[in-house]
Amino acid sequence: METQMKPILRAKGIDKFFAGAIALDKVDLTLYPGEVHALLGENGAGKSTLIKSLTGAYHRDGGTIELDGAQIDPRSPVESQALGIGTVYQEVNLLENMSVSDNLFLGWQPMKRRLLDHREMHRRAREILKGYGLDIDPTQLLSSYSIAIQQVVAIARAVELSGKVLILDEPTASLDREEIELVFSVVRNLTSRGMAVVFITHFLDQVFELCDRATVLRNGCVVGERKLADVSQGDIVELMLGHHLEATKRRAKQSSPGETILSMKGFGKRGMIEPFDLDLREGEVVGLAGLLGSGRTETCKVIFGVVSADQGSAELSGKSIRLSSPRTALEHSLGLCPEDRKTDGIVGDLSVRENIILSLQARQGWTRPLKRSRINQIVDEYVKALDIRLASPNMPIRLLSGGNQQKALLARWLATEPDILILDEPTRGIDVGAHAEIIDLIERLREQGMALIVASSEMEELVAYSTRVVVLRDRRQVRELRGEEITTDRIVKSISQGETAA
Amino acid sequence: MMRSPRLALYITMTTFVLAFLISASQYPSMLSTRVVANLLTDNAFLGLTAVGMTFVILSGGIDLSVGSVIAFSGVFLAVILRDTSMHPLVAFVLLLMVTTAFGAAMGSIIHYLEMPPFIVTLAGMFLMRGLAYVLSTDSVPITHPFYDTIQDVVWKAPGGGRFRLIGGIMILAYIVAMIVLHKTRFGRNVYALGGSAGTARLMGVPIARTTITIYAIGGGLAGLAGIVYSIYTSAGYSLATVGVELDAIAAVVIGGTLLSGGSGYVAGTFFGILIMGLIQTYIVFDGTLSSWWTKIVIGGLLFAFIMLQKALGWATTKGRRPASESATQS
Ligand SMILES: Nc1ncnc2c1ncn2[C@@H]1O[C@H](COP(=O)(O)OP(=O)(O)OP(=O)(O)O)[C@@H](O)[C@H]1O
Ligand SMILES: [Mg+2]
Repeated sequence: METQMKPILRAKGIDKFFAGAIALDKVDLTLYPGEVHALLGENGAGKSTLIKSLTGAYHRDGGTIELDGAQIDPRSPVESQALGIGTVYQEVNLLENMSVSDNLFLGWQPMKRRLLDHREMHRRAREILKGYGLDIDPTQLLSSYSIAIQQVVAIARAVELSGKVLILDEPTASLDREEIELVFSVVRNLTSRGMAVVFITHFLDQVFELCDRATVLRNGCVVGERKLADVSQGDIVELMLGHHLEATKRRAKQSSPGETILSMKGFGKRGMIEPFDLDLREGEVVGLAGLLGSGRTETCKVIFGVVSADQGSAELSGKSIRLSSPRTALEHSLGLCPEDRKTDGIVGDLSVRENIILSLQARQGWTRPLKRSRINQIVDEYVKALDIRLASPNMPIRLLSGGNQQKALLARWLATEPDILILDEPTRGIDVGAHAEIIDLIERLREQGMALIVASSEMEELVAYSTRVVVLRDRRQVRELRGEEITTDRIVKSISQGETAA
Repeated sequence: MMRSPRLALYITMTTFVLAFLISASQYPSMLSTRVVANLLTDNAFLGLTAVGMTFVILSGGIDLSVGSVIAFSGVFLAVILRDTSMHPLVAFVLLLMVTTAFGAAMGSIIHYLEMPPFIVTLAGMFLMRGLAYVLSTDSVPITHPFYDTIQDVVWKAPGGGRFRLIGGIMILAYIVAMIVLHKTRFGRNVYALGGSAGTARLMGVPIARTTITIYAIGGGLAGLAGIVYSIYTSAGYSLATVGVELDAIAAVVIGGTLLSGGSGYVAGTFFGILIMGLIQTYIVFDGTLSSWWTKIVIGGLLFAFIMLQKALGWATTKGRRPASESATQS
């Protein structure tokens, strides 16, 4: 059936070279109308580069693209958009300084007598967003809405602008289950109208839920194209990594945690997170579970002093301390790897090396620079340990693939060798292979006696490494699960029931 | 919830009204059409320059060449009218073409050679000042009868105010700029560029065209400001209007526009100009204060407004609502 259908888009032999690296090597991609096509691969495999080369955001070095049987050669995203290929890019989203309507309609605003018709624009924006289940005021600045809403707006824009092909580069990375459902239903709706959707993600569950076929990339080459109905998750993972991967499971044996090092009482911040008590012991991992907006990130931020708590007290190894700023937290040997790497962590134009040693250097003080050899040693160690794929540690970090940026950020905090490490969504945007590595790493750090707080939206992951799981709901801690209680089922139940106290 | 750029505009407007009321309560004679008319006339060329500067700054750039362009324009017109029999209107058109092309050229260099606007327009500043010197090092008076005709276009308001044509041109420029920035696609693209050039490009904003047009507008308006200045002074002098670019930048920032681009209103710039003019008027009325106090007060204001921007920017992101509150279902 599908094979008899005429493809809507056919890319053949796409090449893309960067200084010092071949990012794409004769890549083929075929899309049929009405299908959701997954583009899979490890971090740095070339997924984002492929779609940028297709849409003209990058100039490709070879290959042909056919859309509806006709050769096309888009030189810019505008051109490909006009041809019917809409894209939501991975790293850059929208303009935070403009209103939601402006963002939706930039470049194709409704006009009245040769001038912009703002009223009509706002009305239509409201209507479009309703279709995505969002009831927001489109006249407000985009920056006044959460990342999740911004993402939905980006998708809405791409959908409205394209007619034939929609490309989504990790669109669900920062959405919660409900919002993912929303996006999925929109995607299904679009494909039923004959549109082809390219879906890039590291969530294999979502791939099997939504997609019909998948193209798998490894090191810039296509290693396979599969109908998803015919294969299992294991097959796909093996294709991606080139080897088999053990399923992550709960570690049976867990050494007993040591002494309490951080203890918080009635700690909280009005309007952000309700007061909570939390004792953290050496050699334990406290998982924070909950839906998006349930207060996971807020908890991390309050503990690290990104926003200073306005109530409660904290004790570090029995001594009362004030966690009023990241600086003090850093001095007390705390570390936080934030959720939104683009705005909170990465300094795009600095090299990977500089990004990795940033926090270490900051703690040491800028007047006492680290020795060159020591820097290289640290950087090499973490690049290897986390398998960060790069041409050289000197390259600006913005040139790394999204997942590799995330790993570099993690390396930054590991390099400070903190006593307490807070990780907010450490595996977001990270491929399955590295995912397993990061879980191993958390395990190793715990065994070395580090205390960790890990917020994550992935239950299996929490189950795999947590000594305890704190469940949050509506910015409140509702339940704590320990030992045998820690199962995906129990976490899901506690999140949905909320009230039932331990 | 509040929108921070609007709020900045309202604060600028309130500042102006308060400042005016305070001045008027001390010197009741300031509350006259004469003062208002002079405020417009005296600041017309600066006001026009600041309109162009608003476009440039909104897009995330800067234009340091405008002061020199004004001086060049004055000398250019004076020399042409002295040495040829060209009608001033023709000379005006010629001049506007030259300065617009000059702006466009700077915009092209900034875009295609990926050079920082600061450097490119700094070079433009020296170039234009140099050209003005080449044309004439002395102050050249303009005696053409057409200039007298223009200067005689006044609307005498009750109360002794004389509203001149050049003030009208400035106000017109503000109205047109407002329409362009808020009611055309180009205008929205200016904001998009200032928000993030990379994102704007991916969203389909024609970066090259927009950048070049922005600097062309800056150059064109500086040329227009030069014409207005030559009408205002009836002369062209290559040493005139040194540092006007900085006054224009100050007016834009006091008007609530973010120096890093992407946020602000041209109406704010108008009030920025008025506030700066008002300070000068106050000092004239006072009579005992040194005119350097203008600079000091403007410095203080600039500082205050930059602090304010910081606070407002912080307030908007702070108040972000979680996604769940806006979902229609659930
Ligand atoms: N402008 C550039 N200059 C040099 N190298 C680049 C540039 N852009 C990307 N690369 C490299 O090309 C490779 C492919 O990157 P790409 O972003 O396509 O990966 P990806 O498959 O999208 O990964 P992820 O899942 O982490 O997003 C990476 O090794 C990256 O470092
Ligand atoms: Mg990518």
